[in-house]
Formats: sequence, C-alpha cells, structure tokens
Amino acid sequence: MAYTEEELKKELETKEYEYGFYTDIESDTFPIGLNEEIVIAISKKKEEPEWMTLWRLEAFRIWKSMEEPTWANVHYDKPDFQNISYYSAPKSADPNKTLDDVDPDLLEMYRKLGISVDEQKKLQNVAVDIVVDSVSVATTFKKTLAEKGIIFMPISEAIKEHPELVKKYMGTVVPQKDNFYAALNSAVFTDGSFCYIPKGVRCPMELSTYFRINQAGTGQFERTLLIADEDSYVSYLEGCTAPSRDENQLHAAVVELIALDGAEIKYSTVQNWFPGNKEGKGGVFNFVTKRAICEKNAKVSWTQVETGSAVTWKYPSCILKGDNSIGEFYSIAVTNNYQQADTGTKMVHLGKNTKSTIISKGISAGKSQNSYRGLVQVNSRADGARNFSQCDSLLMGNECGAHTFPYIEAKNKTAMIEHEATTSKIGEDQIFYCNQRGIPTEKAIALIVNGFSKEVLNKLPMEFAVEAQKLLEISLEGSVG
Amino acid sequence: MLKIKDLHASVDDKEILRGINLEIKAGEVHAIMGPNGSGKSTLASVIAGNDNFEVTQGSVELEGEDLEDVSPEERAHKGVFLSFQYPIEIPGVSVTNFMKTAINESRKAKGLEDMPAKDMLKLIREKSELLEIDRKFLSRSLNEGFSGGEKKRNEIFQMAMLEPKVAILDETDSGLDIDALRIVASGVNKLKSKDNAVILITHYQRLLEYIVPDFVHVLHNGKIVKSGGKELALELEEKGYDWLKQETAV
Ligand SMILES: Nc1ncnc2c1ncn2[C@@H]1O[C@H](COP(=O)(O)OP(=O)(O)OP(=O)(O)O)[C@@H](O)[C@H]1O
Ligand SMILES: [Mg+2]
Repeated sequence: MAYTEEELKKELETKEYEYGFYTDIESDTFPIGLNEEIVIAISKKKEEPEWMTLWRLEAFRIWKSMEEPTWANVHYDKPDFQNISYYSAPKSADPNKTLDDVDPDLLEMYRKLGISVDEQKKLQNVAVDIVVDSVSVATTFKKTLAEKGIIFMPISEAIKEHPELVKKYMGTVVPQKDNFYAALNSAVFTDGSFCYIPKGVRCPMELSTYFRINQAGTGQFERTLLIADEDSYVSYLEGCTAPSRDENQLHAAVVELIALDGAEIKYSTVQNWFPGNKEGKGGVFNFVTKRAICEKNAKVSWTQVETGSAVTWKYPSCILKGDNSIGEFYSIAVTNNYQQADTGTKMVHLGKNTKSTIISKGISAGKSQNSYRGLVQVNSRADGARNFSQCDSLLMGNECGAHTFPYIEAKNKTAMIEHEATTSKIGEDQIFYCNQRGIPTEKAIALIVNGFSKEVLNKLPMEFAVEAQKLLEISLEGSVG
Repeated sequence: MLKIKDLHASVDDKEILRGINLEIKAGEVHAIMGPNGSGKSTLASVIAGNDNFEVTQGSVELEGEDLEDVSPEERAHKGVFLSFQYPIEIPGVSVTNFMKTAINESRKAKGLEDMPAKDMLKLIREKSELLEIDRKFLSRSLNEGFSGGEKKRNEIFQMAMLEPKVAILDETDSGLDIDALRIVASGVNKLKSKDNAVILITHYQRLLEYIVPDFVHVLHNGKIVKSGGKELALELEEKGYDWLKQETAV
C-alpha cells in the first residue's frame, strides 16, 4: 500500500539539513566570554570611532541589568552567555577587496549555499551582501548603486564612512534598552548591512543580504539599518543558513527600518537556520528584533518565510507614526520535529488613517510548537485606524501544536479592527485524492502547504518565491505518517 | 484489462466487500448499480488503492499484474483513474497547477522529463474545449467553492488530461444538470477507445442512455448479485432493488 510509517521515517533520516556543511576557513575568533573588555575589543577590531564604543558600552551596562524574557511560548535551556565567542571572522575577509579577490574557499561555500555571487551579479538584478559569522565579506553592485546615490554596505563600514547617518538613526527604532536580546546585540553586534536610499529614488534592483554562521561556538549578532528617505522605494531580501551542529548556536539580530514621508520599504526574509536534528538536538536560537517606523504616507511590508531554527522569537513590527501610513506583515512559519516558533507582529497605530494588514500562516508538523503572537494597538489620536488580521494554522499529525495569541488594544472609538483565524489539518482524503492523480505523498504535502501559504508566497519577489517553495518542501519532508 | 477475484475488504473490522468477481476487458463499459451503502464507492476506492480499506482476501489485477503492493500513485501512473463521488477541496492550489503536478509526476515515474509548458498549454486548451470548461475556471482553487456539477465536470476534465486505461466514474452524473450531463457523457465517449475501459457507478438509467454499457452489475451487501446487459438497468429503473434483495436472501 502507500507509504508505511517506517518507510517515511527512514526517508526523513536521509534528508538532512541541506546547508549543514562547515567550511574550513581559517578564522580569527575571540576567546569565549563577555565583559567590557570584549565589547571594547570588538569595537577596536572594527576600528570604530569612540562614540560607537561608548554606545556599545552603554548597551552592555543596560543588558547586564536585564533578565531574559520568559513570556514567549517556547522552552529551551538558556544559553550561557559566557560560553560564547562574540567575534569570529574568516581570516581572508577584507572588506576593501573586490569580489574577484575573495578567498576561493569562501566562494566555494557560497556556491554550496546556492548563492553564486558571480552569477547573481550578472544575471539577476540583485545586489548581494554576504555576512559570514561576524563580518561582511562581499558586497556586489556597489558602483551601480552609488550612481543613484544609494548606499549599500556593511554596517561596520558605514559607521566609518557615514557616521552622521548611522549616528542619527541607529537605536531610534530599536533602542538599546528595548529588550534583552536587543541590548545584547547593541553591545556586541559585529556586522550586518547598512542601506540608505536618497529622496525620490526608486532602488533599481533588489538588495539582498545572506547571513551565515560558520564557526563553532560563536554567536551571530548582526545589525541592519535601512533608511528610505522621502518618496523613495526599496525592496530588500535577507537569507540565512548555518551548519548543522550538536550544540545550540545563538543568533540575536536587530533590524531597524526607517521609512520617511512617502517612502516604501519591502523587507523579505527567508530564514533557514539549522533547525536541530530530528531528536531536537542542536539548532539555532533565533532571537530577533525587527521594527520599522513609518512616517507620513509611508509604507512598510514585512514578508517572512521562517523554516529554520530550533527556537524562534521574532516579531517584525511597524510603528505607524505618520498619518496615512501603512504597515503589512505576511508570514509563513513552518515547524517540524522539535522546533518551536513564537512569532508574529506588532502594529502600533499612532497616526490618523493608518492601516495595517496581518496575514500569518503557521504550519506545524512532528512534535513542534508554532505560536502566532500579535498586537494591534490603536492610540487615542489615531482616528480612522484600520486593521485586518488573518491567522491560519495548518496541522500535520497529532503531536504538534498551533497557538494563536492575538492582542488588541484600541483606545480610539473610530478604530476598525477585524480578526479572523482558522485551524485545519491536512486530511488523509486530500492526500489520497492527490495520490490517485499520481502525486506521491511528499509532493502532495508540498502542494497542499504551498496552496495554504499562497497569499504570502505571492508577496515574495519572484526569485525568492521559488526558493521559498522549495524550502517549504524540504522542511516538511517526512512529516506525515 | 482489470480482473477482480473474490475480493474481500473491510474497514475497522467491518466487512464491506464480500467476495467480488469482475472481469473488465479493454474497450468495454461496465455499469455498477446497487442500493445506497452496498459498497460501490468502497470497491472503487479499493481498486484505486485507498489503504483505509483492508483487503482481507482476493485480488485486483491490472493487465496481469497483482496490485496488492502497488501504491495509489503507482496505480495512477499505470492508468487507474477514479472520478470521486465527493471530490476533495485543496485550497490555494489551482486546477491547472494540480494537473501540471499530476502529469509531471506520472512522467517522472516513467523516467520522462517534465512536459514542456507549450505542450501542457495545448493539452489544457484541447481538453477544456472538449468539456466546454471556461479556462478562467482552471485558475480557481481545486474544488473550493465549486458547485456540485462543476466538481463533477472538473473530475472528467482531469480524466481527459490524464488519459487513463481504466476510468472509474463514481456517480459522476449526480449533480450534473441536463446539458452538463450531455457534455460530460459525450466527453467520456470521445475518450473511449478499444484500448481503455470505463466503469460507471450510477443510480440512474439516464447516464446509460448516453454512455451505453456492455454490462450492468448490481451490487448488494458487498456482492455482485446480478449481472446482465444494458436492459438490466431499465428493469431496475422500473422495479427497484427489492425483488433482487429478496432473490438473494433466499
Ligand atoms: N471509512 C468507513 N468507515 C466505516 N464505514 C464505512 C467507511 N466507508 C464506507 N463505510 C460503510 O461501508 C458501506 C458501503 O459504503 P459505500 O460508500 O461503498 O456505499 P455506496 O454503495 O457507494 O453507497 P452510495 O450509493 O450511497 O454512494 C456503508 O455502510 C458505509 O457506511
Ligand atoms: Mg458511493
């Protein structure tokens, strides 16, 4: 007959995390532990100006006084923050090099990641910045962008080359004291991307960053700062992978988006950090703070496809400060085996006639737990604010969990808030129907999941949508018995 | 082509099929009739390989091959097609995408490359015309919000796309309006050839006026209690099933 449980299990065992290789690149790694000296050493290594060092130290002091949050619906052994190395860099990385000088081992790694930097450079209209462990190793298309006045570079370079912009905006959306992980990131962030789109400029290509944790025992703390000046437009993509390791690796990123009057930012993420093995060992702890501020008539769309990480704690949010500003959140979160995800968004309506849309698709399989947590907050002065939220959960098997925690705080009587939620299961009858048409079970699941996620997949830029679909398929392989 | 021998099948230890014997040759049309709950859909499911039902005895052979260890998708690849009595909804998956996946999976199983987009389009155009289906319809989510008749017509569209060897149509006629019935029946007739076979499960004589069967079988309590030519259907229409039930009770 069809697949037996045993056969499926066996198949699952052979389908390992595709990006689980480790590239042996000589690297320069700090001793483990965290104290003021380490923070200063990171800053020194990055040749930062004094104001930056002081900013980090302030963050570090704040962090020391904070406790790790426990309200999320996730359970894990707390990382030992003194047992992590806070800086690791491939030795041959030199930010001033052009792509042609990049270490061939590094290039080989990109190739395995499916990022052919060269190809992308030529064929696709995508400018790529790649961050391995703690440093940014290659930024393509710099010149083409510079002609439009667009700045796209590693944040460590921006601190030196555009201190006025960094100083003006860093920490304005996610302050150092915002939360435990954001404070930690502010103290020890090592790299990430910086982007500035000048007034009235439409960025002619997708900007993209690939993050990768390579070295063992290191954490990755990247920081992204994106400023879209008045009436500008940019679409930004972010992809993440890490090698398979038995121990948990920590990833605590901060992303700040600033959309000035009339600007539009589309920010898409495909997160595929190592999820741990099928017994729940290893995997990345992904504690991320992402937030955008929208000025008058500005629009920010967050689209995320979250398939990786052992534990995800992530709420890309929008502060709709300006009148008529728009915030959108489109999310697909997949959990399998022992993965746990607590993800969602916050839409804070401050301006008049502000609008937000939330579409969340949670897919749980195996013994995983998948939670949507969302807050829609309407301030007393936000006349005419509107929100529409839709949270759909799809379950596979009987051992996983889906949870929805929608919070609504409306302090203005004119607010219109709609919330819809559904939970469904992939039915045996659906699988059999597909089988009867010649579609094997694994493919049938992929098809059903893709259909379920379609509204969100459609929001992704083309190249990314195809990748995301494949990723969904891989993440759920062997998930139905 | 299809040979069913002493087939017994049960669900949750309840026996539903209790010794079915049936031989269907290439080029033939067989009609299966019988009261509600007699096991017609179960027989169709078992032929298609639904493992909700346990085959406890007997066998199903397709072109001489015992299908016991053949998965439902492999049966489909070998040419078994089932038009469902209650077609299943798959939200977010368009009819086109579903068919594309189905065809390419069958091709993959045969070691063939994906069908070129151009050929796929041509095939879709041809078959949707055959069944007078508006192409806009094909971009809708599979069976989601389809009317009863639309679902049935769409099943036959899928059959036309997949060109099976043995097609089992489970009450495809119920839910179709008079015009739709004619269109669907003429579609089936055009797809019929000396190399394939059709099994029609139906309650009504009307369908059999359009698709004329070579044999009519009556299923009752999991057994074929009577077989005959197309005139048997007329007799049933007139007399109902009671006389047969009584006959077999003896
Ligand atoms: N999954 C199941 N679990 C329990 N009983 C089942 C199951 N499937 C079918 N049955 C039972 O088996 C018997 C035969 O059902 P089946 O659907 O094959 O009948 P049918 O001849 O197709 O009837 P109809 O003309 O109403 O479509 C019925 O009594 C039905 O309740
Ligand atoms: Mg039936």
